[in-house]
Amino acid sequence: MNKQVTNPVNLTAEEFMHPGNRACSGCGLSTLYRIGLKALGRDSIFVVPPSCLTVMQGLYPIAATQIPCLNVTFASTAAAASGVRAALKVRKKENTKVVAWAGDGGTSDIGIQSLSAAIERGEDFLYICYDNEAYMNTGVQRSGTTPQGTITTNTPIKGKIQKNKDLPKIIAAHNPTYVATCSAAYPLDFYNKIIKAISLKGMKYIHIHTPCPSGWGIAERLSITVGKMAVNAGLYDLYEVENGKKTLSGPSSKLLQKKELPRVAEYLKIQSRFRALSEQQIAEIQAEIDTKWEGYRQEVG
Amino acid sequence: MKRIESGNVAAALGVKLAKTQVVAAYPITPQTPLTEKLSELIEAGELEAEYITVESEHSALAVCIGAASAGARAFTATSANGLLYMSEQVHWAAGARLPLVMCVVNRGVGAPWTVWNDHQDSISQRDAGWIQIYVNDHQEIIDTVIKAFRLAETVSIPVMVCYDGYYLSHTHMPFDVPDENKVDTFLPAYSYKHTLNPESPENLNTVTMPFARPDRDGVNKPGYMDIRHNLQQELRTSIPVFEEIDTAYKAIFGRGGSPILSAYKCEGADFIVAAMGSLSNRIKDIVDELNLEGLKIGVLSVHLYRPFPQAQIIAALQDAKGVIVIEKALSYGNQGALFGDIKAALYPCIKRPFAHSYIIGLGGREIKKADLYDAIKESCTTSETFEDTSRWIGLNR
Repeated sequence: MNKQVTNPVNLTAEEFMHPGNRACSGCGLSTLYRIGLKALGRDSIFVVPPSCLTVMQGLYPIAATQIPCLNVTFASTAAAASGVRAALKVRKKENTKVVAWAGDGGTSDIGIQSLSAAIERGEDFLYICYDNEAYMNTGVQRSGTTPQGTITTNTPIKGKIQKNKDLPKIIAAHNPTYVATCSAAYPLDFYNKIIKAISLKGMKYIHIHTPCPSGWGIAERLSITVGKMAVNAGLYDLYEVENGKKTLSGPSSKLLQKKELPRVAEYLKIQSRFRALSEQQIAEIQAEIDTKWEGYRQEVG
Repeated sequence: MKRIESGNVAAALGVKLAKTQVVAAYPITPQTPLTEKLSELIEAGELEAEYITVESEHSALAVCIGAASAGARAFTATSANGLLYMSEQVHWAAGARLPLVMCVVNRGVGAPWTVWNDHQDSISQRDAGWIQIYVNDHQEIIDTVIKAFRLAETVSIPVMVCYDGYYLSHTHMPFDVPDENKVDTFLPAYSYKHTLNPESPENLNTVTMPFARPDRDGVNKPGYMDIRHNLQQELRTSIPVFEEIDTAYKAIFGRGGSPILSAYKCEGADFIVAAMGSLSNRIKDIVDELNLEGLKIGVLSVHLYRPFPQAQIIAALQDAKGVIVIEKALSYGNQGALFGDIKAALYPCIKRPFAHSYIIGLGGREIKKADLYDAIKESCTTSETFEDTSRWIGLNR
């Protein structure tokens, strides 16, 4: 495979997303969507459940995108994408890419059953989950991927009691063709992982840590900064899983060389959603990160 | 070609003759033999289609929604709680105007669990915007499945073909299998106006405002309510379309002629019993007996339940003295569903027949000939003192 490195200069100039969409200012998703469409190209069909993306794509009869898109019910994304793929197969249009693009609630909670089944059946499409760690479109309610301690509108005082689901790990346990994690703060890493994913047959899954200024309680200009902090503190790891093997990728793999990573407290304290966390809880999160990275370093040797 | 098979196999053969391209289904009794037959036909290469073995009915209809939107003829089938589990998708498919066909192999709904027959499952979905057709025998199953695809694709509205679990699904009866080449002539290749196409991208089923909004060229496009009004209007006009399709079918295959309602001995009858599905056939026996006793009575079998054929109902019933509606479903807390609809249809008539309602056979409760006979005869003889609520036949008392 041609391993040309994508950079802002050689990134395709063609745009598939019109300017003037309905994303909030500083939205991590809007960056990802623009870059994602460039990587996917014109010969693609999208399947989208209710999410911020539904709104971002525009209200009838105006669309902010130049890719055909089927809006579907919340729980049915992966099943509807399977139906689109089946139709393209019988119509002998197998080169057209089918892409499901959903949020964390739509993937880890209400959509996990149909997604799990689609992977088990060995469907051939790319499923992208942008994880902004809560139900942002309905006004910031906790989801399965909301981290412990997060203040949301239905965990308003104490913060979420439970830990989050490790969704990419759950997906990887199904042994699909390809699993990758990305961050909206590293859009070119996302671009390259899409290029790789669409070159493969079978079920591909990309999970993206996606800062949301209004939901996370950060200034709009800090969206990318916060995303980078999560990766660089070793809290959110970017990796790929192929044939059952997990490999740290891009920005995360570089952290292996570092003796010490920036403290996670910096990342947590910049966001008002974590204001209920005690120093004790922050220390526990740091300890978990330290143990995890100790393990990574030992694996590499 | 004549064959002796179960109603489920009759349905599967109809789906095969329609050259369905995508099938998605989840097992539920009594639908299973239908979808098992389809998997067999597809695996054996007798039907060139994709069979998606989904993990739920919700996903079964989702696959069909995706497939039909991407340009393939799609089919699913279910029963009872499976239909209820896909209810969100049932509404979605109608709103999206997808020309799907689904067989509902009628079964009672839980709780408590029952696997046996009644009509509560499909009746509960009557307001979703689908066309609902109830058929009475195996021949009608296979013929109606084929006609349903043409109807769905002509009006761009999904069609449910409903037939009784066990009474039809699991009994073996002789029926004629239409000739494949003739079916190809009758049913043109699948087409859908808004097929997902990268060369002319559209964003389908997107958020639609309460008001009309201009598109990029400044042309006003409908709001949600306008779009829903279109569905209602086109459901109404699909009644004559179904009649035309039935006429075209009859011209080729020699069967049909009463796709909306079928009347048995209703000409000049004083009393008419209205029913749906295989129950209509059972009532024919009672009617024959009562005729011998000198009562002028017939049976009206309602095939097209949604859109409800008011004009045809009025024409069929307005001259009778009484209408006796016997059905296997109700609008809980109110009355029999078909009964309510028939009464509403007759309201504008200056001279109206009396209307009695009976509920029978829920959850497979045995339908005894003697019970039917007694109920119908009582209705004909004591019409003046009859209450305006549904009487239940065959209760354990």
